[in-house]
Amino acid sequence: MFKKLAILSGAIILSFTIAEARADELNFLSTQMRPLEEAQKARAQILKGSPVPVAYLPEEPPQLPIHLRADEQGAHTISLVGALHGELAPLASMLQPLDQEDKLITQSGVPEHVAKLAKLGTDHLMYVPWMQATYIMAANKKALPYLPAGANLNTLTYAQLSEWAANAEKATGQRVLGFPAGPTGLMARFLEGYLLPSYTGGVVVGYRSADAVSMWDAYKALWMHVSPNSTNYNFMQEPLLSGDVLIAWDHVARLQNAFRSKPDDFVAFPAPAGPKGRAFMPVLVGVAVPKTAPNTSGALQVIDYLLKPETQITTLRASSFFPVVQVALPEDLDPGLKLEGAAVAAQQGAKDALPTLLPVGLGSHGGEFDKIFVDTFQRVVLRNQPVKQVLNREAEDMQRVLDTAKAPCWSPDPASEGTCKVK
Amino acid sequence: MIGSRRVLLISGVLMICAWTLVPIYLVALGGVGGASTIYAWPKPFWPASLSIGNFTAFLQIEGIWAAMLRSVEVAVLCMILSLLLGAPAGYALARFAFRGANLYRLMILMTRAFPVGILALPLAVSFVRLGIYDTVFGVALMHTALALPFAVLVTASLFVGIPRELEEAAWVFGCSGPGAFRRVVMPLAIPGIAATAIFAFVISWNEVFAASVLTVRNKTLTADLLTLLSEAPLQSQLAGGLLLILPSVLFIFFVRRYLFALWGVASR
Amino acid sequence: MRGQTLRPYLLIMPSLAFLLLLFFVPLVQTVALAFSTTTGTGVGNFVQMLDDLDFRDSVRNTFGLVLCVVPLQLLAALGMSMMLRHVRWGRDIILWIWTIPLGISDLAAGLVWLAILTDKGYLNTILFEVGVISGPQSWLTYETPGALFLAILTAEFWRATAIVFVVLVAGVQLIPREYEEAASVFGATAWQRFRRVTLPLLRPSIQTALILRTVLAFEAFAVVLAVGGRNFPVLVSQAYLWQFTNQNYNVAACYAVLVTLVSLAATLVILIALRPRAGESA
Repeated sequence: MFKKLAILSGAIILSFTIAEARADELNFLSTQMRPLEEAQKARAQILKGSPVPVAYLPEEPPQLPIHLRADEQGAHTISLVGALHGELAPLASMLQPLDQEDKLITQSGVPEHVAKLAKLGTDHLMYVPWMQATYIMAANKKALPYLPAGANLNTLTYAQLSEWAANAEKATGQRVLGFPAGPTGLMARFLEGYLLPSYTGGVVVGYRSADAVSMWDAYKALWMHVSPNSTNYNFMQEPLLSGDVLIAWDHVARLQNAFRSKPDDFVAFPAPAGPKGRAFMPVLVGVAVPKTAPNTSGALQVIDYLLKPETQITTLRASSFFPVVQVALPEDLDPGLKLEGAAVAAQQGAKDALPTLLPVGLGSHGGEFDKIFVDTFQRVVLRNQPVKQVLNREAEDMQRVLDTAKAPCWSPDPASEGTCKVK
Repeated sequence: MIGSRRVLLISGVLMICAWTLVPIYLVALGGVGGASTIYAWPKPFWPASLSIGNFTAFLQIEGIWAAMLRSVEVAVLCMILSLLLGAPAGYALARFAFRGANLYRLMILMTRAFPVGILALPLAVSFVRLGIYDTVFGVALMHTALALPFAVLVTASLFVGIPRELEEAAWVFGCSGPGAFRRVVMPLAIPGIAATAIFAFVISWNEVFAASVLTVRNKTLTADLLTLLSEAPLQSQLAGGLLLILPSVLFIFFVRRYLFALWGVASR
Repeated sequence: MRGQTLRPYLLIMPSLAFLLLLFFVPLVQTVALAFSTTTGTGVGNFVQMLDDLDFRDSVRNTFGLVLCVVPLQLLAALGMSMMLRHVRWGRDIILWIWTIPLGISDLAAGLVWLAILTDKGYLNTILFEVGVISGPQSWLTYETPGALFLAILTAEFWRATAIVFVVLVAGVQLIPREYEEAASVFGATAWQRFRRVTLPLLRPSIQTALILRTVLAFEAFAVVLAVGGRNFPVLVSQAYLWQFTNQNYNVAACYAVLVTLVSLAATLVILIALRPRAGESA
């Protein structure tokens, strides 16, 4: 028996040497395009024409900072990182300034406010914008008959959404409006980027204002018609496809399976508007080069390649992330993607559009900032605690987070001198 | 002639079999039945159409075979290491009443009691320093740490049950201490060793977190697939889930008879 | 006899050295994180943890789940291994089938049980077909805490009973049949034989199975998250939430330290409660 074990261990140690092949490829770690199909497309379509051979390595977001720290300690494995703006922000000190790409960005028509975000609050370009997305609404066509009279999907208000959900509940006997309020759902983005700014015109300053109180009262009333399964939902595409939910809000990438597999059953439309406008939030994905990159010049070549208009279109087809550069969308796009694209355009182009920017100065405190919104939601809506008391308590917590991060206010809140203050 | 107790026993056994197998059948159903089966209401209990597209999709993933090979290597190394490190300690706990035995038990359990994901960052850093970051060997070491409490405690609980007299008799007949251990105790310990091997293999095979934190390129199959699957459509998640249980179930199938090595022997 | 007293230490040495080398530094660093605050060393992070919205619920849920599921699993596994003793045909195939859940990862188990228990899942389909319910029905929401708890309990019970079972099966074989035969000669009933003969002889295996299962039960969260979503926080899921979603490694470390202390305390209780009594060979 021991002899067998010895032979086995010998064989395994021998095979280590085999596993080390392909080491000439550049390691591209990405927290986006992780699902099986998308990762396959990233390899076979997007990166196929790359000037440098690339190993595309999808990775869960929590692992990203850990891998970069390990590289800092001498592992030197990763040359290129693709991640959300919010994931890159805390890592700024580990990234190379990419000012040499400034020219490329301006030439390819990346909007100025996007390029500014990519500086992560410094004077240098810390990542290159790669692709973008946003959050929209989706509804099963079965829910359309219950739309309140006079309501138009493209100009929907939160009051109308509430009425719609109430009508649908009355007619079907079920609560069919859904939100991704599960453990890894993006509910925090809904609260901070959509709901609150639509009522208060900002994210931080008016957190405990009278407008905020009326917003929470209204949302609590709306929640009466929301599916109680919402606190289990992480991605809305599954409940939409199963019919558990007929109306939902989520990230375009987390709705795409519904639109792509049944484009005839669903409609896509902009988020609702509140008294202060139709707030919405962009999602920005960037590519960055770690300071510890073993192959910086190769990484820069790949970045240039990723920003080419053709590559950006291929990327859109493979995922549902839209180009950051100026490029005309092709006619033969997947019908599901077309639906999403139209809704995104309608949302951005709405008369009452109120873009909410991603926080710039929160750094590694973004997670705790989100938690405040989710906690407020839990206390007010799920636990029925008195609104004013909750807002006062959470506002103090928010101030503590802002003070620790020394974060100035960001749009749509008015610019502040020094740290942003909750009124 | 079947007594009523026999009927009771058989129906009980069959019920437990059904309880274990039905959920697995449902995964398989979701994996091969396609989207229409998954989102139907009321749910069908057999597939409307069979498609193995979800499975073949996996087998076409770039590097899947290399990842599978790594997974097997890690699992086998983990098994060997946890037995080599754990069985002697188990023997010590069973045969000697020594100071600090309980303290040792608690220390061994620490690796399981502390949520390993919270250790991720310092672990990765120390793996870099040890030069085993992003290697199959490093992941195997990590999994060994997770399987060690099983190895130590399970072998200990079995060594206790082996009469000391047997071992002493072997000494009388001229075997040295280690010799007695190998010829007398080891054969009796086979079920415990088999159980440990099963645990080590399964723990290593299914472990995702450490495997994905401690590797960049050299990911095990499970870590690789689960990253790819996390946001995939439900039917491919189920197909992936099914594919991933096959190796461990096969492994248990081949080891199961060693679990019974003593069945009937001790009763003689 | 010096060699005799040293021998156990020599035998545990390799495993101890291995753990110290691999685990000690990261562990100490993480525990240090729990006590380091922006203003220096202190218990500020623990205060923040106690103040956390879900802290009380997660303590209650963790203990509720562990205290229910572990004893149930021990009983079931004991029953299963006793049944197996009386099976004459196909014993190893039955053993194999009963241990299949062992091979399933937490994540896959979560998926399965979600598919069974969700509104339009398999359970509701059966209930619907036999006429108990008239349409899809929710069991896993914050509005149905009782059903949610039962659902999580069932899923955990299904997933992890096999661990206890395998340890017991390995142990059951070392019980000499003569003991039981002798007992039955003296007129002991089956129950008495089980109570007086089998159980005491199985104690080392039961102790091991209980310790391993309890420690793992405090660690389990993948199934809980899949089935319970945000409605059933447990201590470990809170640790992961603070680490990866809230990105506050300090509070996450506090939760981790708490989980560890709780499971080690439970281990001690089991070690003491099931220690070999005087007169038995240790």
